Amino acid sequence: MIKPVNPGKLFFLMLFFILMFFEPLVHAAEANENSSPDQFPSLEIHGFLELRAGCRMQNDPHEKDISVMETRLQAELFTYTDWAEFKYKGDVWGDGVTEQGECDTREAWFFSRPTDFLDIKIGRQVLTWGTGDLVFLNDMFPKDWQSYFIGRDKEYLKAPSNAAKISFFTDLANVDAVYTPQFDSDRYITGEYISYWNERLERCAGQDAIVTADKPDRWFQDDEIAIRVYKNINNYELALYGYHGFWKRPGGQTHSGVAVFPDLNVYGFSARGQIGLGIGNIECAYYQSVDDESGSNPLVNNSEMRCLAGYTQDLARDFNASLQYYIEYMLDYSDYKASLSSGPARDRDRHVITLQLTKLLMNQKLELSLSSYYSPSDRDAYLRPNIHYKYTDKLTLETGANIFSGEESHTFFGQFENNTNIYAAIRYNF
Amino acid sequence: MKTKSIIIAAFFVLFIGFACGEGRADELTVDEIVRKANHMALYQGADGKGKVTMVIQDKQGRIRMREFNMLRKNVDDRDRDQKYYSFFQAPADVRKMVFMVHKHVAIEKDDDRWLYMPSLDLVKRIAASDKRTSFVGSDFLYEDISGRSPTEDTHELIKKTDQYYILKNIPKNPDNVEFEYYIAHIDKKTFMPMKMEFFKKGDRLYRIIEATKLEEIQSAENGKEVAYPTVTTSIAKDLENGSMTEMTFSNIRYNIGLGDEIFTERYLRRPPRNAMR
Repeated sequence: MIKPVNPGKLFFLMLFFILMFFEPLVHAAEANENSSPDQFPSLEIHGFLELRAGCRMQNDPHEKDISVMETRLQAELFTYTDWAEFKYKGDVWGDGVTEQGECDTREAWFFSRPTDFLDIKIGRQVLTWGTGDLVFLNDMFPKDWQSYFIGRDKEYLKAPSNAAKISFFTDLANVDAVYTPQFDSDRYITGEYISYWNERLERCAGQDAIVTADKPDRWFQDDEIAIRVYKNINNYELALYGYHGFWKRPGGQTHSGVAVFPDLNVYGFSARGQIGLGIGNIECAYYQSVDDESGSNPLVNNSEMRCLAGYTQDLARDFNASLQYYIEYMLDYSDYKASLSSGPARDRDRHVITLQLTKLLMNQKLELSLSSYYSPSDRDAYLRPNIHYKYTDKLTLETGANIFSGEESHTFFGQFENNTNIYAAIRYNF
Repeated sequence: MKTKSIIIAAFFVLFIGFACGEGRADELTVDEIVRKANHMALYQGADGKGKVTMVIQDKQGRIRMREFNMLRKNVDDRDRDQKYYSFFQAPADVRKMVFMVHKHVAIEKDDDRWLYMPSLDLVKRIAASDKRTSFVGSDFLYEDISGRSPTEDTHELIKKTDQYYILKNIPKNPDNVEFEYYIAHIDKKTFMPMKMEFFKKGDRLYRIIEATKLEEIQSAENGKEVAYPTVTTSIAKDLENGSMTEMTFSNIRYNIGLGDEIFTERYLRRPPRNAMR
């Protein structure tokens, strides 16, 4: 999305370009001395052009009939020298929903491996860790559920961070530390593309009530720190996590109804490895809602425990299934319930079962997949069937649907029922 | 005079050497042939790298390409466990993906496999119970790339020609595989498996893998010059669906001193220069 350029972002961009432009000059000088043409970095340019269109399967009084309608160009530039790697990846697209031209830099970073025990990656980058399959507990990096729900490519589920990632590697354990100098929220549901349950209006709303949020945005003050300590023991991957920052999507509101992002700390662990014929994973996270430790403030999210157990296995040739059980447990529920002034109360626990099925056919050119989320406690569900066909190495065709269903219109997936949509896309890679 | 006698002596020694070599080779047991063939196909050098290009052609003649750089390291010198690292360059939808395998020869232990997807920065662990699925949509199977353990089959020497030992290999656990047996042609000089023909019930030939080009790759081992015979072109044909894949192996280097750390999450997320070049 086009936003006014702020000083911090400008700093990152300038740093990036200074490094990009000066480094080859330095290198050219070196190369002249020992006249070795092999050392010149080669610039790799790739990308794709894509048309994507989709529509709602039912009328939504608060949104357009089209759910997605875009022509998108993604370009990627990559080069490297002896001491560093540089990458830029950006998208421009004409968006039929916002009726605007849009652009987004997905990656603009430099990476260096200065010593045996240190990796550094600075700039705009996509970050992921944790063991969940499309469920994130300790991964506090920004997500874009909006893109996911309207049927963009899975790549867009992850939104970029403007961050510095420093990794240390030792025999005892490895440590990743990610510093984000200015809070990067999720690209949460605002009503622009997807209608949602509006607590204040006590009804579903969309383009008639775009969420206004007061996002913490002071550089080096409203910052985020995420740390992962991990170790591989006989290919069992163990990790501890810590996060200091904010709820990634509005986790509260002011008395006047402006959405806010309260302070949040997260502590957790995960383990993943071979069990029987498949891969098992467990992950837990304690969400400490710092602004409402007692749970008595109805305008700020309660603290939570979140736990996940999953198992993935091949059921037949080129047919994989992944099953997960996920639970969110509110820690100060009685205080939450006592302080609730209006609207339906949510359950203390939210249980979600996810099942992902993937089948490859026709020499792996055709992929049929189904991602499904079902919550027995909220009695709602989300299904994401997808058919992906590689017509040639360069040309792919895709069609799919996002199906939301729920008994009540205020539950997590139930609120999106009117957004149920189908989509199709054609992509040319270069 | 002295020089002449030395030369004669040297010829004599060489001759005896060859003669003994021939004699020994003739007396090789089936297990020794299999062991040597397994070593030649998969374990030469302590480690190695190369660029793999696959051209996949379907029945209608439509062509698809796969390109990746592969790093390989033997865990020890017993021709057993290995680590593989593949960095994809083509086609576009898999570019910069990394596929990593810790291969375990013990039958009771599955390989460990990881896939790194750069656009999501996602390290995915892959269940690896079935090794007889197509590798990246080609006519080669996972097991053709990382090798089928000799302990999974019983081996029988059915014929010796001037050029080949011809072995019949029958799986000990036929439920795990789609073939009933396969015939391997192993070169008598190099012990390289040059041709494998897979048969289904009723002696129906349905799959052929053939090495069509063998090159000597120079390297150094313990400070000495060595040459490793290496298959640089091979063709896999699926007679059932009429498709074939030609795999070429280039930029090959052996004994480059790959560290164990290459085959960890650190390098999965950011590839080593060895894999990028």
